[in-house]
Parts: sequence; structure tokens; C-alpha cells
Amino acid sequence: MRRLLYLGLFVLYLAHNDWWLWQDARLLLGLPVGLTYHLLYCFVVIGAMALLVRFAWPAQFSAAESGGAGAPRSEGVSDGGGSP
Amino acid sequence: MTLAILALYLVLVLLVGAQSHRFLRSTGEGYFVADRSIGPFVLLMTLFGTHMTSFALLGASAESYRVGIGVFSLMASSSALVVPVVFFFVGTRVWALGKEHGFLTQVEYFRERFQSEALGIVLFVVLVTLLVPYLLIGILGGGITLNEITGGDIPQWVGALVVSVVVVAYVSYGGMRGTAWVNTFQTLVFMILGGVTVAVVLDRMGGLGVAMARLATEQPELLIRGEVFGRIELFTYTFIPLSVGMFPHIFSHWLSAKSAGTFRAPIIFYPLCIAVVWVPSVLLGALGNLDFPGLQGPAANSILVRMIDLHAPELLSGLLAAGVLAAIMSSLDSQSLALGAMFTQDILQRYVYGGKMEEVAKVRAGRIFIAAVIAATFLLSLVARSSIFGLAVWSFTGFAALFPIVVAALYWRRASAAGALSAVFTVVALWIFFFSRGWGSPGYTVADSGVMPVAVMFLVSTVVLIGVSLVTAPPEEARLARFFPQAPRSSGR
Repeated sequence: MRRLLYLGLFVLYLAHNDWWLWQDARLLLGLPVGLTYHLLYCFVVIGAMALLVRFAWPAQFSAAESGGAGAPRSEGVSDGGGSP
Repeated sequence: MTLAILALYLVLVLLVGAQSHRFLRSTGEGYFVADRSIGPFVLLMTLFGTHMTSFALLGASAESYRVGIGVFSLMASSSALVVPVVFFFVGTRVWALGKEHGFLTQVEYFRERFQSEALGIVLFVVLVTLLVPYLLIGILGGGITLNEITGGDIPQWVGALVVSVVVVAYVSYGGMRGTAWVNTFQTLVFMILGGVTVAVVLDRMGGLGVAMARLATEQPELLIRGEVFGRIELFTYTFIPLSVGMFPHIFSHWLSAKSAGTFRAPIIFYPLCIAVVWVPSVLLGALGNLDFPGLQGPAANSILVRMIDLHAPELLSGLLAAGVLAAIMSSLDSQSLALGAMFTQDILQRYVYGGKMEEVAKVRAGRIFIAAVIAATFLLSLVARSSIFGLAVWSFTGFAALFPIVVAALYWRRASAAGALSAVFTVVALWIFFFSRGWGSPGYTVADSGVMPVAVMFLVSTVVLIGVSLVTAPPEEARLARFFPQAPRSSGR
């Protein structure tokens, strides 16, 4: 799941470059389509970030927050899950 | 009316700052990182308010007036993706290491991670040098904008002085907690301003549909990217928001978080904040062409002020003045606080007091330095020319090009002090090279290729960091164990 989400981030990065709308002056949802695209893009990013913190949150942070066994003393960092 | 709203706003800012003082502990940790106790909503608001400058209101609308709606894709939606990703992969880790080791500044972290006094000193000089123009732009911009909004009632120097005095008052009094609380209030103000302004102006123009139809008929070139900037420029501009990972003031806010989980809200909702502030600015700028066609040069900079003057002069002018001040001060406060922390912790404490500075003395020194920095910047603003606004993108470029260092420090055990130092010097050399060629040429790209200098600087500094790290001695295992405590893997991940 984590790798899939990282791949999704890369796809989002590429999708920021909406070269196909470069010369398109149509209106969509009341706004120029180039602006509507990037506004919707922001909302897609919100969804992606929600998935990221839900499914790719570093394990040591989750353990510390829940106070579970093995939680580091102060949610200390490691290079465990979550590294790119 | 405008002056009354402005005065009321400043009083509220000072009251919020004063309230925070009740919770201030007179220790370095209490003053500079609010005892690492900032919660999710305040962290979101203060990170966003700190990152956004008045450019998000005035600069964005002016650029949109000149080149159209493409500004949003170039400058806003790129940040909507890159910034929360940096918070996720860098901010949370920096916070955890800061908490674990008690770091109060960015320089402290790098010095300890790479076990290098030289790196600490060089980074201090480079970061401060890149930050000072940014401070200057804030104070100068505050004076100019207040002068314009009030129709000259407030002289430029008085506006700059007011901004300076208010920031010094609440930052020195309330420290990081005061700064975070005030930033939250200020961020809400300039977010609300955008929404209210665009709603009122669109209503006066007959609604969004009517206004857009007019724009599509009269100036359709503003609805597309066209030839204003190139596709490669859009692609390489995405390197600029990486600067957020090396801003000392953003680092300070990361360190002030209550827990790693506190970062969830900023990571998820940052893009929403971007949309709320930038879409109204970009729309109003483009629509400004219908009411004020043909503005050239600096005249276009005040398009938002003109639109408000035309459509809702009384209430909105006051709100705009407050919003612009909010955007300016919410960056200025964090920057000056970060500089105060770095000076106190990385210079005074380490090299003057030999690491044995009393906690109360740290707070006192921080306050004095913050006041001195703002005072010096105010004096500079009296003689600076408005052309310094062009320095903003160069400042961002420098910070973004340093970004590989923090990624290597966090994720690559083999990254060495020599590698990090070489990368810093590479960035300095390339920055000077590109600046000497691009200064005074708006829209400058490398050899007119469409590639932003930041992309080249970023890639070269990455290569240098990796190459030099691999051919120099690796960090000591004992040192790495402190920074990669659960990762006993072989080096060279």
C-alpha cells in the first residue's frame, strides 16, 4: 500500500504538468479550464495526503501515539516505514 | 474607516500576543519552540501563514493581471503538492529528532548530524544571508502597501515602522507561542479576506458567469497559458516550493509541534489553504483587466487595491489593509524569531558562553537580537529600492537548492560532512553565477531554455553531495546510531 501511495505521489507530480490544456480557453464549472483543473488538482492532493497519513504513517510514530509496546521514548525517528 | 479597521486589527494582534505570555516559560525551549506543545490547528495555520507572504494577495493578483490564470498552476498548485509532501517526509522526522535531542534550531541539527562545526557556521551564514532580503521585502512591502491602500494617508516609512514595532512587541513578548497564536489569527484574517473580496467583487460584476464570459470575449489570452511561460518552466518551477524544507522559520515551527501526529492536519489541509487564498487573488487579478485595462509596469501591482476601491471602497479597503498586514507580519515574526534562535543558540551559547548559557539569558538574548534584526531591517528599508522585490524568487531558489542536504541528513547514512559542505559551497557558487546573469531579467531561465536556475542548482548540489560523500570518510557509527537509532543497516542505502 505504501509503495502504491508513493507511486501515486509521483503520478500526481507528473499530472501537475497539464500541457494538454495549455491553449484551451473553454470554461468549466464557471472557470477557465486550466484554473478548474488545478483547483480540482488541489482537492485530489488533499485526498492523496489523507491516504498517505492513514496508510503510510511511519510505524514508530503510530506506536508512540497509541502508547503501545515498543514505542520509542519520544517518538524518536528511525528510517523504518515511510522512507521514500 | 480604513484606518479605524487597521488600528482595531493591530490592537487585536497585540492582545492575542499578550495572552500567550501567560504560558511562556523563560527557557530556550519555552521561548523558541513553545515547549514543543503546539497543536494541529495552530500548526496548520502558523505554517501556512508563515509560508505565505503578501505576494499571495498582491503579487498573485498582479501577476494574474499581467499573464492570466496560469499563475495558479505555476506558483500555487505546485506548492499544494510539494509542501505537504515535504512536511510528511522531512517535517515529521525533523520534529522527532528535535524532540529526541533537544534541538532548537536548524543549524544545531545539521551540526550534530554531520558532526561538523564548519558546516554549522557556514550554514548559519548562508541561511541568514538568504533570509535577510526576505525580511526586508516584508517590511518594505508593508510600508508601500499601507501607503497605497490609505491613498497616501500613511507615509511609507510610517507603515514600515508600524509593522516593525508591532512584530517586535508580540514576538519578543510571547516568543514562539505568541508568534503561533498571532499567526493563526492573522492567517484566518487573510484567508477570509480573499473569500469576502472575490464574493463582493463578483457580485458587483454581475456574477462569475457574466464576468468570465466578458473576459473570454475581451481578453481570451488571459484564460490560457499561451506563450507567457513555457511548459518546461512549469515543470522546473516545482523545485521552488522545496525551499520550504530549508527555511529556518519553517524548521522552528516544525520543532514546536506537540507530536508527530500534529503534522497530520497541515499535511492534509495545506492544499485547501492554498486554494482558498490563491484562487480569489488570481481571479481578481485577471478580472481586473475588465475594469482597469492597460495598466503597465508597477501600476499593475496595485490591481487588487484598485478593484476594491472601485467595488467596495469602505469596508473592504480596511479588510484588505488588515489582510496584507496579516500576510506580511505572519512571515516576518517567524523569520525574526528563527534568526533570534539561531543567533542565541548557535553563536552566543556555543561560542561565547561555551555551551553553558543560562536559560533566562537565552530568552533575554533572543529578545534583544530579534529587536535588533527588525530595527536594522527597518533602517535598511528606508534606503532600499523597490527592485529588491525581485530578490524573493532568488531567496527561494537558494533555499530550495539546499534541500538535498536535509534529505540526505535524514535518509542517507553515508552522507558525510564533507559532502554536505561541498553541496553548500556549490549552491553558493551557482547562486552567484545565475544571479549575476539573471538579476534584472524577469522570467530569466538558463540559456533561455525554459529551465529555472533552481532545477540546475538542485541537481548539481545533489550530485556533489553524493559524489563527495562517497569519496570521503563516512560518519562515525556511534554518531549515526543517534540519528538512525533503529536502522542498523549497511551504509549507502
